[in-house]
Amino acid sequence: MTDVPGLVDHLFRHSAGQLVAALTRRLGAENLQLAEDVVQEALVKALRTWPFHGVPANPEAWLAQVARNAALDALRRDSSLARKREAIESWLEVRRPQLSEPASECDAIEDDELRLLFLCCSAGVPPDARVPLALKTAGGFSAAEIARAFLAREAAIAQRLVRAKQRLRAAGPDLALPATPDLPAALDAVLQTIYLTFNAGYAAAEGEDLVRRDIALEAVRLARLVAGHPRTGTPKAHALAALLLLQAARFPTRLDAQGEILLLEDQDRSRWDRGLLAAGLRHLESAGRGADITPYHLEAGIAAAHAVAPSAAATDWRRILHLYDALLAENPSPVVALNRAVAVAQADGPGAGLDALEAVRHHPALQSYPLLHGTRGELLLRLGATLEAAASFRAALALATPEPLRRRLAARLAACAGPDEN
Amino acid sequence: MPKYILLLHETPGDFAHLSPEQMQAIVEKYSAWLGGLQAAGRMAGGEKLKDDGGLHLRRADRTTGQLAIQDGPYSETKEVLGGYFLIEAAGRDEAVEIARGCPHLENGWIELREIDPTA
Repeated sequence: MTDVPGLVDHLFRHSAGQLVAALTRRLGAENLQLAEDVVQEALVKALRTWPFHGVPANPEAWLAQVARNAALDALRRDSSLARKREAIESWLEVRRPQLSEPASECDAIEDDELRLLFLCCSAGVPPDARVPLALKTAGGFSAAEIARAFLAREAAIAQRLVRAKQRLRAAGPDLALPATPDLPAALDAVLQTIYLTFNAGYAAAEGEDLVRRDIALEAVRLARLVAGHPRTGTPKAHALAALLLLQAARFPTRLDAQGEILLLEDQDRSRWDRGLLAAGLRHLESAGRGADITPYHLEAGIAAAHAVAPSAAATDWRRILHLYDALLAENPSPVVALNRAVAVAQADGPGAGLDALEAVRHHPALQSYPLLHGTRGELLLRLGATLEAAASFRAALALATPEPLRRRLAARLAACAGPDEN
Repeated sequence: MPKYILLLHETPGDFAHLSPEQMQAIVEKYSAWLGGLQAAGRMAGGEKLKDDGGLHLRRADRTTGQLAIQDGPYSETKEVLGGYFLIEAAGRDEAVEIARGCPHLENGWIELREIDPTA
């Protein structure tokens, strides 16, 4: 036995996505489940073989080889699949183990993944199944992991996945990027799915679960994949990639060493991920090449204003407020209005912020939203209205579930009792 | 130094529900466990056995010496002897300590046997 080299982070998960994409491309969309089964079989084989003689020199190639053989076995067992044989066999030629993959090979892998992503977001798939399906097939997450991140029951997620795959089997859609006339609508559905994936992971990251952060980072990867392809890399796609990268760059500083939430103003900006920030700003530049300003552009602009500010105090709140005004005009949602109120408070003081908040305070959609009450409490506290602030923090606490958020709110409630003690 | 064999019992079907991330985590634990044993000079070998149930051989007729050969029972949901590790340890306590760290215990159980030194 030889020394066992370490594995690249998430190698199994990323290989699973790539292999499912490559196999689905060759077996057809109707055989998505078969592709997943074959890949799972290959991963299990690795898990049960590698411990004895170590990880092979090229683990990705090993997995591809075993998945291919398992697919050929499946074709042998099912005569209706015989005509897929050539496609799988020719894959062998492409995937021969090599130390450095030529660029064209990487393109082929990414192309397969992109097709799979469009399939997951195609019209036949119910909208509430798109995020789980993309995470399961392209992302390599299990139904249990997806359920945990979405605070859903595993059986409910599994059922959504089964139903989506049944629809795909019945429809038997082409596994190709949509033709040019259909591309914008299909691309919108893909971008929307990626955006929702990120938000689910990002919001829930406050629940102290690494899987959720991995889900948000998977959304970042998919957004970059879409933005990087010549046919799908529209300004809107670049804007989404910029937005997600700029937000993800702040992951390292969202919680302090004790796992408590750190607000933007308290975060150590020197620990923001410079590589992700730079990539985000590059995508934002590419996003500006078109005539359209989409909500993704505006949200990315807000994220960028934070990202380039050397300190919380030096943040250009006036610019952020302008962007929120535009965003609210584009998307008059109460959550956007709430965030805009925070920008008003920073630009024009807590009193003006409270006035802005008053306009949406009684919106029914916000009544179960802890951050409405938390924000209001914060502004009232800054104005010295400690009794009212305390009532707001209590209302927020009654609604909030993630533990770090609860601790943060409890600390703010305590601050209401003795604002002058420090 | 005394030798011990770790017989790894498991149910192959139990692995189907693991996520890729969980599988990688187990592989990495194996890397660390094996690396530590190799560095300490305690690892003497190990192999995975094929998942086909193998064969059961019995003498069917003592006079002619004829063998009865049967397929071993196998199904994904049945427990099998999946593989083994051969280790060296100063004594039983150390052997147990080594086995305790074996990631196999996450999905199966280990039969620890000492190789009889008088044989």
